[in-house]
Amino acid sequence: MIEFTVNGESVSTEAEPDTPLLWVLRDELGLKGTKYGCGIAQCGACTVHLDGMATRSCVVPLSSVSGRSVTTIEGLDGDGRHPLQRAWIEMQVPQCGYCQNGQIMQAADLLANNAEPTDDEVVTHMNGNVCRCMAYTRIRKAVLRGAEIAREGK
Amino acid sequence: MSSPIQRSLERLTLSRRGFLAGSTAGGLVMAFGGGAGVASAAEALEEKRFAPTVWFEIDTAGTVLVNIAKAEMGQHVGTALARIVADELGADWSKVGITHVDSDPKWGYMVTGGSWSVHTSFQALSRAGAAGRIVLIEAGAALLGVAPAACNAVNGEVRAGDRAVSFAEIVQRGAIDRQFTPEELEAIPVKTPEQRNLVGKPVRALDIPAKSTARATYGIDVELPGMLYARPLLPPTRYGSSVTGVDDSEARAVHGYQGYEILEDPSGTLQGWVVALADSQWAALKAADVLKVERTPGPTAEVDEDALLAHGEALAAGDGGVLFVKEGDVDSARGDTTLDATYRTHSVLHFTMEPGNALAQQVDGTWHLHSGNQWQSLIIPVLARALEVNEAQVVIHQYYLGGGFGRRLWGDTMLPAALAAKAVGRPVKLVFTREDDSRFDCVRSASVQTFSGQVADGRAVSVDSAVVAGWPTQAMAPGFMADGLEDTGKLDPFAANGANHWYSLPHHRVRVIENDLAQQTFLPGWLRTVGPGWITWGVESFMDELAHAAGADPIAFRLAHLDATGKNAGEAPNSVGGAKRLAHVLQVVREQSGWGRELPADEGLGVAATFGQERARPTWIGCVAHVKVDRKSGVITVRKLWQTIDCGTVVHPDGALAQAEGAALWGVSLALHEGTHFENGQVADRNLDSYTPLRMADVPALDIRFVDSTEFPQGMGEPPLSPVAPAIANAVFAATGVRLRDLPMRPEDVKAALDVA
Repeated sequence: MIEFTVNGESVSTEAEPDTPLLWVLRDELGLKGTKYGCGIAQCGACTVHLDGMATRSCVVPLSSVSGRSVTTIEGLDGDGRHPLQRAWIEMQVPQCGYCQNGQIMQAADLLANNAEPTDDEVVTHMNGNVCRCMAYTRIRKAVLRGAEIAREGK
Repeated sequence: MSSPIQRSLERLTLSRRGFLAGSTAGGLVMAFGGGAGVASAAEALEEKRFAPTVWFEIDTAGTVLVNIAKAEMGQHVGTALARIVADELGADWSKVGITHVDSDPKWGYMVTGGSWSVHTSFQALSRAGAAGRIVLIEAGAALLGVAPAACNAVNGEVRAGDRAVSFAEIVQRGAIDRQFTPEELEAIPVKTPEQRNLVGKPVRALDIPAKSTARATYGIDVELPGMLYARPLLPPTRYGSSVTGVDDSEARAVHGYQGYEILEDPSGTLQGWVVALADSQWAALKAADVLKVERTPGPTAEVDEDALLAHGEALAAGDGGVLFVKEGDVDSARGDTTLDATYRTHSVLHFTMEPGNALAQQVDGTWHLHSGNQWQSLIIPVLARALEVNEAQVVIHQYYLGGGFGRRLWGDTMLPAALAAKAVGRPVKLVFTREDDSRFDCVRSASVQTFSGQVADGRAVSVDSAVVAGWPTQAMAPGFMADGLEDTGKLDPFAANGANHWYSLPHHRVRVIENDLAQQTFLPGWLRTVGPGWITWGVESFMDELAHAAGADPIAFRLAHLDATGKNAGEAPNSVGGAKRLAHVLQVVREQSGWGRELPADEGLGVAATFGQERARPTWIGCVAHVKVDRKSGVITVRKLWQTIDCGTVVHPDGALAQAEGAALWGVSLALHEGTHFENGQVADRNLDSYTPLRMADVPALDIRFVDSTEFPQGMGEPPLSPVAPAIANAVFAATGVRLRDLPMRPEDVKAALDVA
């Protein structure tokens, strides 16, 4: 049995230790916001925070999560009102939307460490996240806008 | 004139219908339907006796709920369609909701593609909304004790002077029972552009909050009690493989493994398939990795990309094919200069971020397929054949699509889940791994286009062209094939459109040819922008070659051939103005981009134009690309793209812009970053380690503008993609003098071309 914390709550699972965190989150814990995209940590659709750091859950075996803290898109903000989520709606970012939870989780990691990122810093930080609809221009602008909303809220 | 595609759609969707409005237990329901034999609209609506139809209802709180039979895959289609209804109805937009419906036949023919949705729905939804407004005004006038002529419907109320009654109250009072005959419905005037309050006005898309807060459900997210997870083991060839043995001794050691099934598919779609079953996704994945399947491969197990292209070139060099365009007589044309060129594109994957998946369950004899899909009406007969049931026993439940781009027009990804569920007698959820999704993709076929052109006195005199590729429509929807000219046979309009352009040429011939080797090796797919997505690559690059051969500026040269005479004059309602509108967007984008200005060494501007998906319903776009070429590495950097778009009336302006941004960047991606090749009968690049779509760091600046127009709305989901690759290649020529004729334009090819030059 492996125990860890998800969105502030303790969970335990009997899943095999080599199971990628992604499938435990989705299929055992019912947290469907974390998406399967490529399975090789190259698209970012499965991004969650592991001890606060943006991590590709499709390549993280359950065994390495033991005792650690995981935040998924569902736990980023209980009311879905994280500054980035507000910016995403304000800037009308998502098209199909499938990658956007991962995009938001990746961007939240940036803002947690850098309250006022530059345009280039956003691009560098977000370059590992694929958006197949290619809403990249809006994603970039919305990360900057999310940072602005977060600063205004302080 | 309507296109063959449109005529097919009209035959399927737009039979003459009346309109019903009636009070039911839940509120006021309005629907197409009725006609002879309907005694009471209210009774018919209560019993849901109406088909085919689109419909909406107003509940007792005054909320308007519009049912959407189109797939939501990023285009915010429900918002656009609901805006059309709500505008005519006089609804309060804050009280409008949408529902994406299942595949019940009452919704009529279900397809979402071709950039058709707004275009093909606009008139019907406008009429439906207008009829609803008349019903509400009649009922409201009676409640207010005034004549209907003294009332109007605005913002969810029927108003007469300073008195008003809300839609909610009208619905609560009930007793509405109204029918319109088809003739009455057609006679209802819809709003003029000046009278509209919602269409063309800014609005936020209804699906975006859910997609920003993890509340959107995709097909891959659906579960049922008692279901098994499955992973398919794909055959080595798309066609003709058969299973000769399975050894699961290792798989049995995987915790949670529940066995395998060799799939028998009476529809013939899946040949040589095995699925591994387990009680978790991970166990299914692991078990499939160690399941040993022996097969006899099909006959195309050795085919590679070079063979496909070589076959295409041989076909183009022959004199066969189906005649698609014939103006004048190319054989007798005489010019001062003759140019010959061959343009090619390599295989391209759809690579939807949500991989193929389905959850299948049989309940009381009816099969329920849970899976995001674009063309329910096309795959239901195939599913019925595969499952050996009637079509009425197959229902597809719709969800948000994690990307469509044409992949989900063909719902074959539902088949292995359905067949596995049938075999084991339990619900089965099957998810393709990314690699399997790529292998099973209906790729955009590699293509070859040849051109032979002549110029004289600064003008193009003649162009003779052959267009060769695998034909998706032939493979998946043969009913949509079109007739060639002069009894030369059937052709795939989705592998021909774009070649029948709006430039006036005295002599112009296009032959379209099916690449039969491609057809035998893989399933050619419809990919975003379909035919024009790769045909425009050749047409607009060669137009540039002709311009330079004629010693003319590429934009001036195009304008000189866009005279809007003869067949290029345009027709009401869809192509009013004809080629003049294409000339207009080119003139605007010329100013917008600062065309003709001096640029640093190795930088250049290139132009291209498109008329969208079909001649009969053109979206006019002028595009200019600014590139920089690094001579050392061969890397092409797109610094900026300009587009001016005339798609007629724009229903949802920000949605249209988002589609244009995405499509334009798809254009960049397909031009420079995406492409694979067949190797041993399968695509070689299957995941992001070697298949490399555009990422944020390579996104150019975009300046996209729309022409303010009140013409009939055309399509917006795809057209901005088509001109990007040729605009980039034409800019590379302007920067370096090197002409690139293969997609994608890879740095090594650019370098090789520069070294030769």
